[in-house]
Amino acid sequence: MSDVYTLRIDDRDVAGAAGETILEVARENGISVPTLCHLEGLKPIGACRMCLVEVRQTGRLMPACTTRIEEGQDIVANSERLHAYRRQVLELIFTERNHVCSVCVANNHCELQDQAERHGITHFELPYLNPRLEVDATHERFAIDHNRCILCGRCARVCGEVEGAHVWDIEGRGITARMVTELGKPWGEATTCTSCGKCVQVCPTGALFEKGRASSEDRHRRPFMPYLRAQARREAD
Amino acid sequence: MTPRPEGRPGTSPNRRLRRHGITPIGDVRASIHVCEAAGCLALNSEKVVEALVEKLDEDGVYDVAVKRVGCLGLCARGPLARIPETGQYLERVTADDLQPALEAVALVDPANPVEVTPPPFYARQTKVALENSGLIDPEDIDDYLSRGGYGALEKALHELTPSQVIAEVVTSGLRGRGGGGFPTGLKWTTVAKSSGPEGKYVICNADEGDPGAFMDRTVLESDPHRVLEGMAIAAYAVGANEGYIYCRAEYPLAVKRLRSAIRLAERQGMLGKNILDTRFSFEVDVRLGAGAFVCGEETALLYSIQGGRGMPRPRPPYPAVRGLHGKPTLINNVETYAAIAPVLRNGGQWYAGLGTERSKGTKVFALAGRVKNTGIVEVPMGTTLREVVFDIGGGIIDDHPFKAVQTGGPSGGCIPAEFLDMPLDYESLAEKGSIMGSGGMIVMDDTACMVDVAKFFMDFCVEESCGKCVPCRVGTTHMHELLTKMTEGLATRDDLTALENLAGMVKATSLCGLGQTAPNPVFSTLRYFRAEYLAHIDDGLCPAGVCPIATSARI
Repeated sequence: MSDVYTLRIDDRDVAGAAGETILEVARENGISVPTLCHLEGLKPIGACRMCLVEVRQTGRLMPACTTRIEEGQDIVANSERLHAYRRQVLELIFTERNHVCSVCVANNHCELQDQAERHGITHFELPYLNPRLEVDATHERFAIDHNRCILCGRCARVCGEVEGAHVWDIEGRGITARMVTELGKPWGEATTCTSCGKCVQVCPTGALFEKGRASSEDRHRRPFMPYLRAQARREAD
Repeated sequence: MTPRPEGRPGTSPNRRLRRHGITPIGDVRASIHVCEAAGCLALNSEKVVEALVEKLDEDGVYDVAVKRVGCLGLCARGPLARIPETGQYLERVTADDLQPALEAVALVDPANPVEVTPPPFYARQTKVALENSGLIDPEDIDDYLSRGGYGALEKALHELTPSQVIAEVVTSGLRGRGGGGFPTGLKWTTVAKSSGPEGKYVICNADEGDPGAFMDRTVLESDPHRVLEGMAIAAYAVGANEGYIYCRAEYPLAVKRLRSAIRLAERQGMLGKNILDTRFSFEVDVRLGAGAFVCGEETALLYSIQGGRGMPRPRPPYPAVRGLHGKPTLINNVETYAAIAPVLRNGGQWYAGLGTERSKGTKVFALAGRVKNTGIVEVPMGTTLREVVFDIGGGIIDDHPFKAVQTGGPSGGCIPAEFLDMPLDYESLAEKGSIMGSGGMIVMDDTACMVDVAKFFMDFCVEESCGKCVPCRVGTTHMHELLTKMTEGLATRDDLTALENLAGMVKATSLCGLGQTAPNPVFSTLRYFRAEYLAHIDDGLCPAGVCPIATSARI
């Protein structure tokens, strides 16, 4: 078996090393695939479904972030159908909880907002579900506003995989699923939390934020994940 | 052999014997088999056994054996009993009214055998997975052995190589009975050829969660050894030495019987180390599910066994390559394992002779809903829906008109009356927009509103979604809202378009089978009962009179 595979993404011939994901190869070649739950450096989980691409051979939609490349694959990363699905995913996320950009700490540096802008979303057809959700501000320095959480699970992953504390996890299921600290204790009482703030830095929206900071100051800094700098650089290009 | 106790066990202080039946002293003239599976137990069949023993004892009848057995099938008329000598079935046997049973058994004369023609419910079935069900005591391994039990395992270990075992399963054409219908032989081959890290696992998926489905429970409660035997054969074939049965905690009796079966089989050398004096070892353990439907999805099931949160992950890698603890894992359903022993005993060719061209063998269905004979039936693939619902099922309660049958649970669809003559097999069901699923079959008559049915199943999916991926978590919630609006007569045509649009998206983009199939009940009801949706939307009427239609919508 050769260690390098050649495949096609969006009708372009590309090559990648065995073990690389479709997302990695696409981005290396400047083919845009939107992501939300994915963050380079954390284990991909394929939950948000923004990065779905179509594998022509099987006709199936696969998450680019978790699917490894195979020799001779023919992949569609951008098509009208995929874009429509991505817009629908965004619509579902926006209508699920209470996202109000104008009063959000993450306004103008929110990945959800960016994706909505990139996909040209102006309005939604589905009604807002408007659930009543809590804000846990018991922690000394940070707070979580469940109204803005999209359950991407980045905080849980960074806490478990990078910090090694595993303070965060998910409770409940389906539409009632919530991020919780230490089996449902208020964050401020969670004894395993090291207050490192990594969860705040990886949060794609304004759900996790640092107290006492204005929206413009609250840009996420992720230097504790060195590989992210490369990603940031690529994205800036 | 243990010495026979002095006197009647019925009068002895040995309560276990007394409760679960007795063997007579001397020759057996006749026997009474009493169903002690969950359905009949719920109707106090345990008391029936006790009362029968006491009564026979009182009357001085010493040549009648009373035995508890597994499911006899016709749950609607329990507690059930059967006289094996004549093949007579007795329905609604209660501890207060034993007379019919005693009379029936008194008539048995070995010198002059009489055969009673069983009702069509029993006569029209072909039992393979359930061949011992209702004949053996599920907690007595000797009973299973006397029916040729563990013979297939012995044959596999002593006469066949692992690849020959797999070849036999491939020949049989057996397909996964859990719902997907994936060819079992192919799955076994994949696991056998997977060369991952040291060690492989064999897992039995007994997390049966579809509303109205109880096939797996019946198999486990009636004949647990057959599942263990199938698993042991599978382990030998794929090269695994450890296995788990993932059973939902809502099935306490099945779990109890499984555990006792594992213990007894280990004692007899059929499980554990050096099975049947060979070098093959296989340890099985039971793991309990905590009540999440999604844990029937294989990757979620694996996380759950490992002690994690039961959430699916994208496949590939498939469990056959990277499964439990990252090792190659074979996951099959209860009914699939239950079919393995007969396949090996009688040969794959024999099994392939049953059923249709592409769907071989037999399938167990759980008949439920508005049908007279609620219960468990096993028929060859390709049997028509009409035969199952009307000939075996006895037709609709109160002779209402048949409207539809829902197969495959929340992942399936509704099949309307015009397709009553369709054969039941994987392809035909898929063609009609439903699925075989695990075998739940809910019969509906004109008192069912199809919009309400779709809403019921959507409610189930909202409740059971794990919350990991967006389309399933939020999409099913929105679909449920839209369906609720329809049942309240508040929906517009735009809502119908939105529903269809969303259903297509959830089906295409969800992470696991739960989300991908969640819209199926909506699709199939829309396909065959669109007029009913439109009546709710345009006229604010529920034709079946089920939905609480708001009058304000009609102004």
